[in-house]
Amino acid sequence: MDIRAQVSMVFHLDKCIGCHTCSVACKNIWTDREGVEYQWWNNVETKPGTGYPTLWENQDEYKGGWEAEDGRLQLKLQSKIGTLGNIFYNRRLPTVNDYYEPWTYDYEHLFNAPEGDDQPTARPISLITGEFMEIESGPNWDDDLGGSPVYASNDPNVGSLTDEERTQLNEIERVMFFYLPRICNHCINPGCVAACPAGAAYKRGEDGIVLVNQDKCRAWRMCISGCPYKKVYYNWSTGKSEKCVLCFPRLESGQAPACFHSCVGRIRYLGVLLYDADRIEEVASSPESELVEAQRGIIQDPFDPEVIAAAKANGVTDGMLQAAKHSPVYKFVKEWKLALPLHPEFRTVPMLYYVPPMLPVLAKMKDGKYDVADAEVEGLKPQLTSLENARAPLAYMANLFSAGNEDIVTEVYRKLIAVRVYKRAEKVGDITQEEAQEALALGNMTAEEAEAIFRLTALPSFEERFVVPPLAREVAIEQIESPYDRKREGGFGSRTAPGRRW
Amino acid sequence: MLDDVLFVVFPYLTFITAVWVGIYRFRNDRFSYSTQSSQFLENRMLSWGSAPWHYAILTILTAHFVALLVPSIWASAISAPIRLYILEVTGLSLALVAVFALCVLVYRRLTTATVRSVTTPADWLLLALLLTQVALGFWVALFFRWGADWYLHTTVPWVVSLVKFQPDAATVTTLPWVVKLHILGGFAIIGVFPFTRLVHAVIWPISYLWRPHQVVIWNKKLTRTSGDGPR
Repeated sequence: MDIRAQVSMVFHLDKCIGCHTCSVACKNIWTDREGVEYQWWNNVETKPGTGYPTLWENQDEYKGGWEAEDGRLQLKLQSKIGTLGNIFYNRRLPTVNDYYEPWTYDYEHLFNAPEGDDQPTARPISLITGEFMEIESGPNWDDDLGGSPVYASNDPNVGSLTDEERTQLNEIERVMFFYLPRICNHCINPGCVAACPAGAAYKRGEDGIVLVNQDKCRAWRMCISGCPYKKVYYNWSTGKSEKCVLCFPRLESGQAPACFHSCVGRIRYLGVLLYDADRIEEVASSPESELVEAQRGIIQDPFDPEVIAAAKANGVTDGMLQAAKHSPVYKFVKEWKLALPLHPEFRTVPMLYYVPPMLPVLAKMKDGKYDVADAEVEGLKPQLTSLENARAPLAYMANLFSAGNEDIVTEVYRKLIAVRVYKRAEKVGDITQEEAQEALALGNMTAEEAEAIFRLTALPSFEERFVVPPLAREVAIEQIESPYDRKREGGFGSRTAPGRRW
Repeated sequence: MLDDVLFVVFPYLTFITAVWVGIYRFRNDRFSYSTQSSQFLENRMLSWGSAPWHYAILTILTAHFVALLVPSIWASAISAPIRLYILEVTGLSLALVAVFALCVLVYRRLTTATVRSVTTPADWLLLALLLTQVALGFWVALFFRWGADWYLHTTVPWVVSLVKFQPDAATVTTLPWVVKLHILGGFAIIGVFPFTRLVHAVIWPISYLWRPHQVVIWNKKLTRTSGDGPR
């Protein structure tokens, strides 16, 4: 056993209202500089939709992530020799048109325009060239466009759906969409790190945060292709790749990352997971239908004395172990099995998990009564217990969160429904106790579990949502260099501004 | 006198500049060691420029260096006329590819507004020097045939004399002016190398081949002793 700690995340999609506050908080802190204007380390996508950059999920085109052939794990992009061969021209690189050309507006014209018959306008100006431009796309171009024949229909996850299911997605009466906020998954088998020939992309051993060393990055651009989530971005100005840093300076001072802290819907949870690094390759090369289960399996019980001993032997600190015991992520992912990885079939073993959204069932008013469409049974029961009447096909959710394994998604929904039915029976009382018990049995859970899930979902405090471990890097670093010498010789922080000088 | 300046002082000067500034820059501003790739901004023309350019120029440069480092092997390799023909034709075609590809790259930088806006004066200087140099090289290959052979008896002894610190430019001073310009152009590029994005040429990431895929960096020495240990 090679136990390591990983700062991990859960996003509860049912609570996301699509307000983009997370994106703005992130942008204000990290990406308001030249060269990174188009980079949204945190973005919120509408699903079904084409995402950002456009069609990022289509790995036939982008070749991100890994593939397992005969149980052997290989980068989908190319072999190591292939990397050096293709280094002069990367065929799989998304270009600025797959994102958008960043712009500002000619605001001055509003003040300086000569007097005339018409109101002056502020024309868009490209932030790259400084010239006037036409805006053709933007960071949220398909926001809220569920059901759109241009965006929703071209969602790569719709590909394997049956005609019936497709109709279900796009029929105007049944149109649905939900939001998918995305940041770097800080994978434990990261494609970006593996693809970087310069060794600039790396994973921090102590907390698992994936970073790009700006001094080592040489703009070979393979990380962008290697990451199937397209969460490494190229800074066109400095010639360096940049990515979500999970606000490590905030984490190191005990604060939650900016996007977590600012989340209006309080959908985000952060906590430590312990995992067995010896099994990374085995897990990542599992057969597709077993990937989710394998990924759950690599996560270790923080209360198991054997795991604790192995973790301590590996240098995991007591503070980290303590945080792991209180981790909301552990509860959602391992204990309750409610949170699923996004696209586990990319085989990077992402450490950001999603509780899939409970979408409303199709219902209509009939004779003054609210009836679930096509359900034989009257009343609330079918609305609460029937998955078949959900507006989103299960197959679609399975394509997103369980590599197509519908059983896993169904299991999650049964649990989510059970919590709802149980709490409704208790609080509103229009559902009988038998029905509540039936729902719990279907969800394979106890009343206590349902209560705990309800509490952590609906009523968690700030400290319950974000269990930030004491990273103690300022102590740890003393083992490899003396902070006092370093301060005297080098001063603090970066000594040169990031930009072109030569 | 002029010949001494051009073929003794200039080569030493440019070479020392390249090494000294190159190391200084690597030690003090490692951040700036980047290819400054603009593929993100323009993709289509780059595919016709970048890959052919790099493959052609690297092969040509390799030939230059092999003949320089192991002249005896090179000499025996071209001893049969048929092999000399093949080598000359290959060299000429590669030079043509390099000229074409570099023209594409220059055209791309001139005509694409986004790429033009990330181009510095140093980039233009480098492009101009490279274009002149490959054009001259192509000219030499075309009109001063059997360069694979006479290179061994003119440039090679001169460079060897420079390396041995017993400079003797006699073998190159009598060469035609086009060839001389090609030689000087080469050293001019070595001279500007550390001041431009050309520094990326010396950081080609060959170590990727034997590095494990995953890079894990610990902030402290591990107490764990069994197994391979995390890397």
